[in-house]
Amino acid sequence: MIPRRYKADRMLSPISLLILSLICLIPITVCSQTEPDTLESVLSDSIASSMELDLTPAPVTNVTVADTDNDAGGSITVSWMPSADDYSGGKVRLYRVMRAEAVNGQPGEFTEVGDSPAGKTDYSSDDGNTSDDVSYFYKVVAVNVVYNEAGEESEFTSESDMAGPITSTPQWFHKQRINTLVGMCLLSFFIIYYIAQAKAGKKLFIRKIAGMEAVDEAVGRATEMGKKIFYISGIGDMDNMMTIAAMTILGRVAEMSAQYETYLDVPVCRSMVMVTAREVLKEAHSKVGRPDAYKDDMVHYLTDDQFGYAAGVDGLFVREKPATIFFMGQFYAESLILAETGNSIGAIQIAGTAMPSQLPFFIAACDYTLIGEELFAASAYLSKEPKLLGSLKGQDMGKGVVLAAILLGVLLETFGVFQLSNLFSVID
Amino acid sequence: MEHFALWLSAFLTLGILSFLYKDNPWYKLSEAIFVGISAGFWFVTLFWDNLVGKFWDGWQDEPMLFVGAALGFLMLLRLVPKIGWISRWPLAFIVGATSGLWLMNYLASNIMVQVQATIQPLFSISYASGFDAGWGAIISSLVIVVGTFTGLVYFFFSKEHKGAFGGAARVGIFFIMITFGASFGYTVMSRMSLLIGRMDFLLGDWLGMIG
Repeated sequence: MIPRRYKADRMLSPISLLILSLICLIPITVCSQTEPDTLESVLSDSIASSMELDLTPAPVTNVTVADTDNDAGGSITVSWMPSADDYSGGKVRLYRVMRAEAVNGQPGEFTEVGDSPAGKTDYSSDDGNTSDDVSYFYKVVAVNVVYNEAGEESEFTSESDMAGPITSTPQWFHKQRINTLVGMCLLSFFIIYYIAQAKAGKKLFIRKIAGMEAVDEAVGRATEMGKKIFYISGIGDMDNMMTIAAMTILGRVAEMSAQYETYLDVPVCRSMVMVTAREVLKEAHSKVGRPDAYKDDMVHYLTDDQFGYAAGVDGLFVREKPATIFFMGQFYAESLILAETGNSIGAIQIAGTAMPSQLPFFIAACDYTLIGEELFAASAYLSKEPKLLGSLKGQDMGKGVVLAAILLGVLLETFGVFQLSNLFSVID
Repeated sequence: MEHFALWLSAFLTLGILSFLYKDNPWYKLSEAIFVGISAGFWFVTLFWDNLVGKFWDGWQDEPMLFVGAALGFLMLLRLVPKIGWISRWPLAFIVGATSGLWLMNYLASNIMVQVQATIQPLFSISYASGFDAGWGAIISSLVIVVGTFTGLVYFFFSKEHKGAFGGAARVGIFFIMITFGASFGYTVMSRMSLLIGRMDFLLGDWLGMIG
């Protein structure tokens, strides 16, 4: 028995077959002649689209913006939850932080303000370039970077939702420096308390400071020998605590030299120090009733240059051959040059500085040396003024608190009870 | 011109070094040139950096600079004898402001950081790890703690250094002197590098004896 379909084919005539063939071929021919590229394009676009989807990282979520804390303004912190594709070997290479200024409450054009590497643990970025009177919107873009065989770079990105508006503001207090504030308040309390005690007439004891005990002897020696006294106040300017302390001691030395009618020579290397030293000398001479003995030339400027100053002072030393030389203040590499020259001419030398690297040279080349804080204590020691004595006693009390803290902290940490050192951490 | 500058530099360098023998006219000449030129150089530098670079170029953006300029002007009034006393005001401002500004810095760097670095477990590497340090670490910790503690005792001025307190102060000055000894050697080496620099100039750049 012949199948039914087979039978039907056999029943078509040649003309019918020709017509049927034509009908079937028309669409195929039209199609192949008019749209061959479109088909390829559709296919390639489809493939590329699926590849792009495959290379584009998932967007970051929960973008939050906040004014950066404990700063002087001008900074906004942007935080976010990482992309789901941010893992080792994942599709995120970096996060790009985009910012737009707010215009009538709406974001303007977004521009890149920074980036943050993938894989970070905190996922935040500080935009430290904001104006405190402008509001901003932020977006975070997860970026994947791909290189083809020719080394050409392609980026695949996905944007987060927008966050904002936000404005940066300065803070009055740095909350992480409260420990320093407490320390300062404590120290100030001690100082004010003991100044009040000293003013009320309570006698405050100060131990002997050998270098200061020798000041009388040094000035007296110069008087007996009829030679000059040189006072070198270092190369620091008036914004340096050591120079300020040096000026205080200069006042006392100037009083004594004025009383004994001994010439005091003060070559300086900073114009501000020259002005201050002249005022100090003028006041000291007036205080002991010898204003006529003061001359502006006693304080003279040489140069701001460190070694130029050292060369000039060395020359003065060897030509004037002073009997006494004081080195008080901030010194650097010129310390040994000066002290050695002073030593070579046989002058009695008293030095004082808080520069740890220069103290060894002064100790080696000078007769007496005020070490570190002794320089700051010297003014109280010399003047015996209640205000300065009270201040010194107050500082000692502060040192007592520090000693107690060290002792207690070491014991607690050794036995693993409490990490006291954390209370003293300072944030820059 | 370059050749002349090289010879002049060498002449002045040798002039300064001649002070090692004794004071002499060559040194006096070199010293006078050094002091005079450096004073002029610093004047010009400060003028362009501060007056022009900071004030003149910046007062539009930073009106507070006028406060500094006004203080500087007041300072110059000392050139007028009758009102010279006014120049004390900017001086007082500078000294007072400096003290206030540095107070917090000194408190942080000289007290807080120092105390934090000193407070450490004596017999363990870290706070949490208990008694597990080697002898080297124990000795190191002891030196830091004892050295800082007794060094601080030495700088007590309102108590006489007698008895146990005096003993601690003596241990403190002992630590301080050892530190200075180490510092002396270290700094001498850095001074040597200054000398080597000058010798390098004389023997290399000037005489061409070394490459």
